[in-house]
Order: sequence, then structure tokens, then C-alpha cells
Amino acid sequence: MVRPAAGRGGGPVSTTTTSRTAARLDALRAAGRPALVGYLPVGYPDVARSVEAVTAMVDAGVDVVEIGVPYTDPVMDGPVIQEAAEAALLAGTRVRDVLQVVEAVADRSGGTVPSLVMSYYNPVLRYGVAAFARDLAAAGGAGMITPDLIPDEAGEWVAAADEHDLDKVFLVAPSSTPERLQLTARASRGFVYASSTMGVTGARAAVGRRAEQLVADTRAAGAEHVCVGIGVTTGDHAAEVGRYADGVIVGSALVRTLLGDAPWSARLDALGKVTAELAAGVARARTTTPGGPA
Amino acid sequence: MPDQPVRDALTETLASQVAGRLADVQGPYFGQFGGRYVPEALIAALDELETEFRKAQGDPGFAAELTRLHRDYTGRPSPLTEVPRFAAHTGGALQDVRVFLKREDLNHTGSHKINNVLGQALLVRRMGKKRVIAETGAGQHGVATATAAALLGLECVVYMGEEDTRRQALNVARMELLGATVVPVAIGTRTLKDAINEALRDWVTNVDDTHYLLGTVTGPHPFPEMVREFHRIIGEEAREQVLDRIGRLPDVVAACVGGGSNALGLFNAFLDDEGVELYGFEAGGDGVDSGRHAARFSGGAPGVLHGARSYLLQDDDGQTRPSHSVSAGLDYPSVGPAHSWLHDLGRATYEPVTDTEAMDAFRLLCRTEGIIPAIESAHALAGALRVGRRLVAEGRTDQVVLVNLSGRGDKDVATAARWFGLLPDAEEDR
Repeated sequence: MVRPAAGRGGGPVSTTTTSRTAARLDALRAAGRPALVGYLPVGYPDVARSVEAVTAMVDAGVDVVEIGVPYTDPVMDGPVIQEAAEAALLAGTRVRDVLQVVEAVADRSGGTVPSLVMSYYNPVLRYGVAAFARDLAAAGGAGMITPDLIPDEAGEWVAAADEHDLDKVFLVAPSSTPERLQLTARASRGFVYASSTMGVTGARAAVGRRAEQLVADTRAAGAEHVCVGIGVTTGDHAAEVGRYADGVIVGSALVRTLLGDAPWSARLDALGKVTAELAAGVARARTTTPGGPA
Repeated sequence: MPDQPVRDALTETLASQVAGRLADVQGPYFGQFGGRYVPEALIAALDELETEFRKAQGDPGFAAELTRLHRDYTGRPSPLTEVPRFAAHTGGALQDVRVFLKREDLNHTGSHKINNVLGQALLVRRMGKKRVIAETGAGQHGVATATAAALLGLECVVYMGEEDTRRQALNVARMELLGATVVPVAIGTRTLKDAINEALRDWVTNVDDTHYLLGTVTGPHPFPEMVREFHRIIGEEAREQVLDRIGRLPDVVAACVGGGSNALGLFNAFLDDEGVELYGFEAGGDGVDSGRHAARFSGGAPGVLHGARSYLLQDDDGQTRPSHSVSAGLDYPSVGPAHSWLHDLGRATYEPVTDTEAMDAFRLLCRTEGIIPAIESAHALAGALRVGRRLVAEGRTDQVVLVNLSGRGDKDVATAARWFGLLPDAEEDR
């Protein structure tokens, strides 16, 4: 069993520097806007249609995709994502199916849209951390977001990710101390995921006010790229968060368009519309005056 | 159980890893198990809890207050009861196997759970938080938490799987009488596992003013170590009581293992007594081969759930497999990391006990000794009988078996009555 060499407060440090996700964020920054990061789970309502949904989301304007591995015990997720994840598991979705979606995104975008897998740790641990990193890289994935894996416990994953040149996206929260922001910024590659609010995923009427300060603090702690997630629902939210963040991460608002009994084509249309609205939001983020529409 | 040479090798490895007493190992890790596999949002609260816990450990005032509560409120020390009519069912001569029960069932609120809850509640007061949340399976921990919250004037919310609120309706009423809000959890398997998920979600959202009063020796560091410390008193009292009574240590120490808090509390005092055999009995449900059980060491593998690396019921994809037990309190797919460590070291032996074996032992204790045990504890009783019969078969004489009677059976009367056909819907729980 690999353990981080350092004790608590130490933690592994990334040893590689090139990141496709970071390059994408830099290119968008140069173009004067933040990235739209869109989340969908693999396997909802089944694997084939989840591939359609993710590619539809790419077509509609997301810059980075986050592909969720459904898990039985998703403690960071709210009811919308959990409903989709439970249905995906019932439909027989396997962890390895995520690789198919990663390949589809790479094909569809000609490699321009980086895919990050978002997974709780146990499915990856069971797959084999080194094997998962190898297979993810081979499928054209950019890296992984780990909601229940903090850098302190991530020695095995960091080693495997570095070996396969993958991004490691760790989370920070409004409760993170300056020391932990530094630890997390050091261990992350691609970007640091800032939780806008204390809480689980899900649409909210407003994005947490602590988000902007958290992004500033995380940058001050050494992070080159910080994206904000949790609670972003509308184009206006996206524009507001995009003023100060390198990327705006949207999950539940997109997943919700796929739930329900409407014909699949109508659900894909709804997904495309919401994605386009969010993309328009990030496109105007840097031209919107602070305190403007929100 | 590994072969003896393997066990010896493991023990050597262990000795090189652990300086000092096994009983005093500190988190975050127990061997390769334990840790903190939780969202970053909780780390500050876990750090605060650990800091406050360490300060409390060094504060004689904290120990004095806890001791006072144990004596004046809980009713400690709990007695040690010899049960000869029950022990006779091991099949040997009367003096071959003597069985003693550590009577945690006689504590206020009816189980060992109060030991941990009072300790954590005092920490909550030190941290200045006003709200506690808890998860509960059988309701023993929920009742204990609601009790401590009432005692200290804290707001209390208890998450309970919907299936368990049905199995344990009386305990739901008890919690509500004590002023707690019980939230039935209607997702996933609707049992303890899902109640813990909901409690974690609540905690992630409200961590600024809320303490998660976790009920067993699992979860992220410092919970496994801290909860062990608050239950340490079970084994320390029992060890002294057995020494007083028979002038030597017991040969076998047995307890049931769901999350594992009563077992670890009892085992801890004997971990460094090499001659004492330790047995943990898991819920074997319909039998390990049936797939419907909660036997993590027979039917599980190491993984990560609810903040800790430990043995876990999971499928090939790392998805948590549903557990099953007639006992809501043992119906949990993972186990405290210290137990996984003791298992891999070979220091403790873990065996499954089926629903039927447990209920037979339940009835036997009722009828031979006039004690109605919790169904959780009935697993330990069934296991102890099994070990006792083994000792007799091996020709060992003058053996002493200490069993933790972790809780009383009031809450389980409806389940037991249905099991034994004493109520109209007799088949429901079988």
C-alpha cells in the first residue's frame, strides 16, 4: 500500500508541469473569457445515450468536460446527481464505461476538449489506481477530480497520475485554512476546484458569496488556475462567477435537463439550450460590470 | 483466519510497525486502515475536533466531569454477571466453561452507546457548537445522542434509514420524546449506510455550527480513535472485575461487531494480554454463501467508505454491496478500521453468526437467565456459545469466556416477537 511519505500537512507534490486542461484554460484566458466546465454522469440513462449527451454538451459549447462515475454512496452530491447516478447503476453502468465517454469526447472535439473523470475514490481503488491512470490516459483523458480524496491521502493516485501525465484536481472549500490551500494548490494540476459554498452539489438561487474570496485566497496560496463549482445554475451565475474564476463548473443544472420522461431527443435539446445559455454567460463574463446582472 | 506461520509473520510485521502497546495506537492509521477519505470541506472541522479532543485528554477537569456523568448519570460501573445456566449449553461439565457478561445493557439508555455520546457531547460544549447530528441503525446511538443533547441543551437531528425506522419504531418515539428530530432516509438501501451518507451531507453543509456525533469506531480520523477512547472504560472495568472475581484474566473475550465500538471498547483492555483470545462476531444474516449478510471479513475486501479505509462489502466495481441482518445495528457494509487492522494482524478472530443462530441465543439467554439482550448482543452470545463448544471439544477445562452484553432487548421485542411467531405478521422479519 502506497502512503504519502509526508505526514498530515505534508502531502505529495506534483512533479510534472504540462497539463492539457491548464493549457486550455490559458488559451481561453488569452481570449478574454473563462472556461465552461460541464458535468454529466456516465451511464444515464444508459451508456450509449450518455455518450450522446456528453457529445451534445461539447457541441453546445462546453470547454472542458467532467464525466462522473456513478457511485452508491456519493456524499458530496445533491439529489439531482444522485438520482442520475442511481439510475446509471441500475442500468448496469460499470466503471470502465467512463473510458468510452472519454474516447468519444476526444474524437468529437479533435482532442481540443479535455475530459476529467470525476470519481469517488473507492471505485478507482477497486479498479486499481495505477491501472485506472493507465487506461484513462490511453483513452485520451486529461485527468481526474476526486471529491473525497484529499492530497494527504492521495500518494498512490498522485504517483500514478504523474507517471501517466494526468491532471489531479483536488478541492478547496470556504473552510480550508491557508495552510491547506497551499497544500492543495501544490498537489493539484490542471486547476483547483473551489466549492463555492459549504454544501453538496445542486442548483441554488445564488452562488455563495464566499466563492470570490476563496478564489483569491487559493490564487494567493499558489494555484495558477481556479475553477468554481457547486450552485452554478444560470447564464447569469456563470457570468458572475466567470468574472473572477478561470472556469465555471456546472453539474446539476445540466443533469436535470436529462431527467424525466420526455422523449430523449427533447431532453438532448434541453441540454443543448442550457449549455448554450451557460456558454453565453461565460462569454460575457469579463465584459459584464461587477455587480451587474446576477 | 490466516495459517499460523502467516499470522506469526504478520505479528512480526506489526511489532515493527507499532512501538508500545496496541491499546494505545493513535490515528489516523491503524496499519494500512483508517485515514480521512472525506471532502475537503470537513477537514477544518476534523482538525478542530482532533485538537479539542487532545486538549480534553490532557485536561483533568474533562476526565472528572466524564467520570461524574458515568457514575451519577449512566450508572457505571456496569456489573459483571455470571450466567451458568446459559453456559451449560456449551455442553461441557459445569466448570469447564464459565461465561460472564459485561452488562452494558444496564447503562442509562440501554446500551454501551452512552459512553461515547457523553464524551463527544462534552467536546461539543467545549467547541461551542449548538447543534448535533447523528446517524442510527437500531436506534441505540440515536437515543443516546438525543439523551445527551437534552442533557446539555443542544439541538439534535438524527438520520435513520427508512427501513430501520420501521424495524425500530419504539426507538424513533423515544428520540422524539427526548426532543430530537428524526429524519427517515429514503434513498439507497434505506438502512444505516444511507443514514450515514445523509449525516455527512448535512455536516458538509452545516459544519460551522454542527458537530457530527458519530456513533461508532469508523469514519474519518479522529473518530475511530476518539470513539475507542470513550469506550475504553468497558474493557478496563471488565478486566478489573474479572481479575477480582476469579483472580486471573479470561481465556476468551467476545463481542458483536457492526461498526465495532462495543467490541473495540472491550477488546482494547486485553489487546496486550497475549494469552487472551479475542473474538468479534459479525452479522452472517442468511449465511455468508447467500450473499445476504454483513460479514465484512468473510465476504468483503479492503476499500474506502464513509471516510475510512477498511474492510467493506463491495462488488468488482467498488460499489458498496447492500448488507443484511435481522439486527439493524449490525446491518452495515463496513467496519471500524482498527478491527481491520486487528484482523490482518491475527490479533482478533472475526466470524459470522447467522440470524437464526443469533435469535436462538437470544431466546436461550431470555429463558436461562432472565435477561432479554439486544439482537446485536445476541450475535456475541451465539458466537460465545460456539467458541465454548469448541473449547469443550478440544478438551480444554476451566475456561472463562467474557461476553459484552452491549445492549438490552427492549427495542427488539417487536422484531423478536415476529421472529418467534408471537405476533400476527410473524413472517415479516424472517
